This record gives sequence, C-alpha cells and structure tokens, in this order.
Amino acid sequence: MARLELRNLHAEVAEGDEKILDGVDLEVESGEIHALMGPNGSGKSTTAKVIAGHPAYEVTEGDVLIHLEEGEFGDDIEIDEDQRTWDLLDLEPNERAALGVFLGFQYPAEIEGVTMTNFLRTALNAKIEEREELFEDEETEEEEEDEGFETSPMEGPADEGEIGVAEFQGILQEKMEQLDMDEKFAQRYLNAGFSGGEKKQNEVLQAAILEPSVAVLDEIDSGLDIDRLQDVSNGINALRDEQGTGILQITHYQRILDYVEPDHVHVMLDGKIAKSGGPELAEELEDKGYDWVREEVYGTA
Amino acid sequence: MSSEQDHLKETDTEARFEFKKEQNAAVKSDKGLTEEVIRMISEDKDEPDWMLERRLRALQQYQNMPMPSGWPGMPDLSELDVEEIVPYIRPDVDKREGVDDWTELPDEIKDTFDKLGIPEAEKNALSGVGAQYESEVVYQNMQEQWEEKGVIFMNMDRAVQEHPDLVKEHFMTTCVPPSDNKFAALHGAVWSGGSFVYVPEGVTVEMPVQAYFRMNSEGMGQFEHTLIIAEEGSEVHYIEGCSAPKYGTHNLHSGGVEVFVGEDAHVQYSTVQNWSKNTFNLNTKRAIVEENGTMEWVSGSMGSKATMLYPCSILKGRGATDTHITIAFAGEGQDIDTGAKVYHNAPNTKSTIESKSISKDGGRTNYRGLVHIADGAENSSTAVECDALMFDNESTSDTMPYMEIEESKVDVAHEATVGKIGDEDIFYLQSRGLDDDDAKKMIVAGFIEPITEELPIEYAVELNRLIELEMEGSLG
Repeated sequence: MARLELRNLHAEVAEGDEKILDGVDLEVESGEIHALMGPNGSGKSTTAKVIAGHPAYEVTEGDVLIHLEEGEFGDDIEIDEDQRTWDLLDLEPNERAALGVFLGFQYPAEIEGVTMTNFLRTALNAKIEEREELFEDEETEEEEEDEGFETSPMEGPADEGEIGVAEFQGILQEKMEQLDMDEKFAQRYLNAGFSGGEKKQNEVLQAAILEPSVAVLDEIDSGLDIDRLQDVSNGINALRDEQGTGILQITHYQRILDYVEPDHVHVMLDGKIAKSGGPELAEELEDKGYDWVREEVYGTA
Repeated sequence: MSSEQDHLKETDTEARFEFKKEQNAAVKSDKGLTEEVIRMISEDKDEPDWMLERRLRALQQYQNMPMPSGWPGMPDLSELDVEEIVPYIRPDVDKREGVDDWTELPDEIKDTFDKLGIPEAEKNALSGVGAQYESEVVYQNMQEQWEEKGVIFMNMDRAVQEHPDLVKEHFMTTCVPPSDNKFAALHGAVWSGGSFVYVPEGVTVEMPVQAYFRMNSEGMGQFEHTLIIAEEGSEVHYIEGCSAPKYGTHNLHSGGVEVFVGEDAHVQYSTVQNWSKNTFNLNTKRAIVEENGTMEWVSGSMGSKATMLYPCSILKGRGATDTHITIAFAGEGQDIDTGAKVYHNAPNTKSTIESKSISKDGGRTNYRGLVHIADGAENSSTAVECDALMFDNESTSDTMPYMEIEESKVDVAHEATVGKIGDEDIFYLQSRGLDDDDAKKMIVAGFIEPITEELPIEYAVELNRLIELEMEGSLG
C-alpha cells in the first residue's frame, strides 16, 4: 500500500509571487478514490502539477511525500526500511513517475512523429531503469531474456532487462482491449490529432500501462460525451480494482462521480481544502454549488 | 600506436586536422590552384583530353568569378582559403586506397563509428579501407543484377573512361555548368570520384543504389561528382554519403550532383551527411525533370562549420513534380544555410518543400528557398513548409523564402513555424518517466520523423543516432 501525502503545501507561480496553494493537506492511499472538487481558480490543477513537479510552480512551504511498502513494485525491487518514504519535492518529475506517481493531464501535449507504441515502451523502460537507480539494486533482472532481436531496428535493440517491442505489443494490445480502444491507436502519433475524448482515454491507457501507485487525474471528464465518459470511468475503476491504484480525481462536476464512486470528497477553496466528506458531499455540491461551503467555512458568501 | 598518434590525442580538434594534412601531403603538389595542378590531377586519372579541357575551362571560370557576397545572412566564408586547400587534393587522388589501417584514422572519427555502433567491417568499408569486406561483396552481387538490365553504376572517374559519350553529353553541360557559381566552377576544375548512375528506359531499380561506403575509398571524396541519368519511364533511388565525419584533412567540401529525370521517370536522391566541424560545405545539386517526371530530394545535413546547399529542380516538362525534404542541425559555432530551389518552367508542374531545422548551443540554421513559377506555367502549384526547432535562447533560426511568381493561374502556399522545444511537451514526457535528455531526444526524433521515414532503415537509424549524439555534444 502506497500513500501520497500533502502536508501544509504552499506554492506560487515560479516567475512572480502569485500565491496559489495556501496550505493543502491531503492523503491518498492506493486503492482509494478521492474526488477533489472546487470552483475554477481554486488551485486544483496547481495541486496536480506540483505533485508531478511542474517547473512553473515553486513550493514555498510544506511537503509532498510518498510512502511505499514492500512489494510495491513487484518482487524485483526490494524496498529497504529507509527508502520507504520519499519527499517528492527533492525529485525530478521522471523520478516521481518512477516512484509510482502519475499525472493525467487536462491538456496533454501533442508530440508529432512519436508513435504511441514507441513512446509508451520507452516510458515503461525508462521507469523500470529509474526505479533500479533509485533503489540502487544492482542485482535485479540479470537473468531477464534479452529481447533484442524482436525489437524494431528504429528503436534499437532492447537492453538487458528492458521490455522489447514484441513483448510490449502484447501488453499494449491487452490494455487497449480493456479500454475498448481501436488498435490503430498504437501507430498514431502521441495525442497528435486526437479528439478531446481520445486524449482523455489515452491518459487512462498510459496509467494502465505504467501502473502507478497513485494517479492524479486532472479534469479527465472534461469534454467527454456520455459514451466516452463511461469508457474513461471504466478505465479508472479498473486501475483501482485491478492494480490497486489510488486515485485523486480532480473534477468540476458530479457527473463522473456517478461512474467512479469516490471514497472521499474534498472541496478546495482559495488554495486549501475547505471541507472533506464522503460521496454525499459531492451530491450536496451538485445541488447547492460551492458558496454554501464558503459560507460554512469562512462565515461569508 | 605511434608517438604521432599519441600526439594526436593530446591536441585539439583543429590541430588534429593540421596534423593529418602534413601526413597526407607526403606526395604533394605545388600550392595554389593552378593549371599545373589541374593537369596533374587529370594526368593522374589518365583522363581523355576533353575532360582535361573542361577542367581547365572551369578553372578559368573559377578564377574570373567573385566569391558569393551580398546575400542577406549568408554564412561567413572569410576563413575559407581555397588556395590552401587544393594541394591536399593531389595526395588524396594519388593515394586511392585511403588509409592503410583502421588505427590510422583520427580518434574522433573512430570514436564516432564506435558511438554509432557501426560494426568493424563496416567501419573499414566506411573509412575506405579494403574492398574485400562483406559489404563490398554484397555490393558487387547487386551490381551484376543491375548490369543485366543495362543499369550502370560505377565511380565517376571510371565512367569517364568507359562511357565517354554519356558523360560527355551530360557532365556539367546543361544541368550544372561551371559558370553556375564560383564553387561549381571550382568543382569542375578539381572534381574527383563520386558516382555515375545510368538507368535505361523503362527499367526500375528496386533496391536503392547506395554510394554509402564508396565515398571515402575514392580518395577523400571532397569534390565528388554524382551524375544520375534516368531515362524515360525508369525509376531509381540513389542514396549517398556516409553519415560519419569524412576522413579528411580538408576544410572544403564542394560536391556536384546532376540528375536527369526523363519523361515519366522517378528519381529519389537521398543523402545523410555529417561533416567534421572544420568543413566548409558548399555544393551544387540540381535536377532537370522532363514531362511527368518526378524528382525527390531527401537530405539530412549534419556537421560542418558552414553549409550552403540548396538542391534545385528545374521542372522543364509539363506535369513534372518535385519534392524536397530536408533537415539541418546546427550546434555551437555552426551555420547551416540550406534550403531548396524549384523552377516551374512548364504548366501543371508541382513542388512540395518541407524543411526542418534544429539549432542548439548558439548554432544557426537558415532556410533559404527560391520558388520560381515562369509565365505560362499555368496550373502549377507549390507548397513550402519550414519548421524550426530551437533548444535555447542563444540559437537562431531564419527563414528566407523567396517566391517569384510570374504566372497568375497558380497555387502557392507557404507556412513557417519557429519554436523552442516546448517546456510543456518536455514536462509531459518527464511525467511519464523519461528524463530531461530523453524527453528532448524523443521530441527531436519525432520532429525529424518525416525524413527518417523516407530513408531505408539503416540510414534512418544512423540519422537518429547522429542527432542524439549531437544533442549530447559528444561528437567531435
């Protein structure tokens, strides 16, 4: 069981001193679904980006910790006692990814010329390699079969312990089938020319492949029609049910929570968590908006 | 390893080249670009009189022409001293085998081959050592197959001897005459080596014709001439250049490429070149395309101190088509000025230019293009797209697309984008586990993908690897 923990997190825009986060406290454990709701400009997306290490934000106070447990990354990696808690703020974004933190983007980048297959395989291998470096385990995976001959020459032979093209094709195909994605996706360029819905589906696919401990999904429901919303929701539920991923679901609307039922709901106002509760809180927000929370917490509307 | 080789390691890049100059100049002609030097080259090649005469005429033209100047933003050629260069040709021509031993190659070139992961046998072929290696045998087998169909593929020097009529008619006459520009004239005087390709009417050469490892075995190939004649309805894909720095003491490469695309013929000319960073790379490449013929230029320009290269298609016949796909990479201290020229001289002609450039660490890239649509070339169309990618604020990229449109019934499109590698793109990839460097590499690999997909796999792989190495700053 992994746990992502935000403690008294303060952050501002790196160039300028506009304060956006004003003491956020939050804990997400693997296997849980948390909904983070709130009006525009309350700091939800900033929270997501700060967790992932976006360079545009500077953390002025507080911690972002991840606690890991034995077996978190399978049997290959042994996690020593003193390596179970990491302060993400000390780490590069790719190192955070290697420790099992995933950010699903509201507006994913479009990378021309890079096929989904090539990208995802590279990402998966990079993560495996980074984990080994982080945990300094030199003994791992030495007996792994070299898949070199099965790789595409464009991508070069797989190094020892890497996932080769043939093996990866299998993984990708399986995950795409689960998400009901067209197999043509595999050869398309990363997000290039994808519709809004396809991009969101692609974010969930990436999470499914990279198998994070905690996934922060930033407005993954925006711009989705009802069918696609269901597909994406099924993908998110599968992440939790099959991989035990902890989900921090950032959303404006109750809508997605009909399909992805949260264990906890948090309301963010002015850069901090103003109120937390169970699934019923989301329904209340749906009915009454955010003003009553403001009133309740600050005593003003 | 000799003490001289040890000395090599200790000196800086420039000194290393200096060093090789001395070693190669063991058989040395007089300095200066003189008639005597030209006669010596021609005699050494045992050339017929008509070729010698052409050389001498070109020399005269060269001497009477001014250096190019006055182009806006043109690369600085002031450090180029042609008089210092020519004497180094003589020993190259004389010493046809190249170096005798792999170990005699400069370290940085050996390192490059190692980093590229090129196997030893291929390294030897690339460096011009020994024709007995496997790749060379394969090459000969393929050559036999072609010969049965009447295809000729041989080195240009030999073509002068064995196919004088074809060469006489096409060599620097209508396509790239020496009078074209100063470096074409220079090339006409001192050219050496290169390829001659002849494809008879209706013949399709299925495999790409590759002058991959021959370049260096013909002396240095710094003034190589390539002449491609594709008769009516024929089809050929010619690939040139090794993607490693040239083994060369010279600081000037001035190649000439002439392509004759017959009616309904289809020629693709692809090149991936990576020059040592002290090279001035000044070339003239041109194709004449007859009715309904298709010419495709695909080029990756790497290395060099300064490059000026604008492959040109003259769309002479009705319905002729031209495609240009180019990529340039400029790192520290490099000025890569490259682009395309197309002359639409007949109706219904079509051209597409796609230019991509990457600059880093203060390097400069420039797209310099000229599209000319002549009066009467109605229903012609051209589309030009230039994309520049910059790594940092020190690097520069310019776009200079000239359009000369004399006909009104035409379709002209130009699009240019210049961008810094996007922070959001890098962050996205990093958040998926790629480190900063790998994220940049992936973005660049995607950026050049339109080029790599046009190339046979081994060239595409090398181009990718070369660019990765350039990005790491680990190429000499």
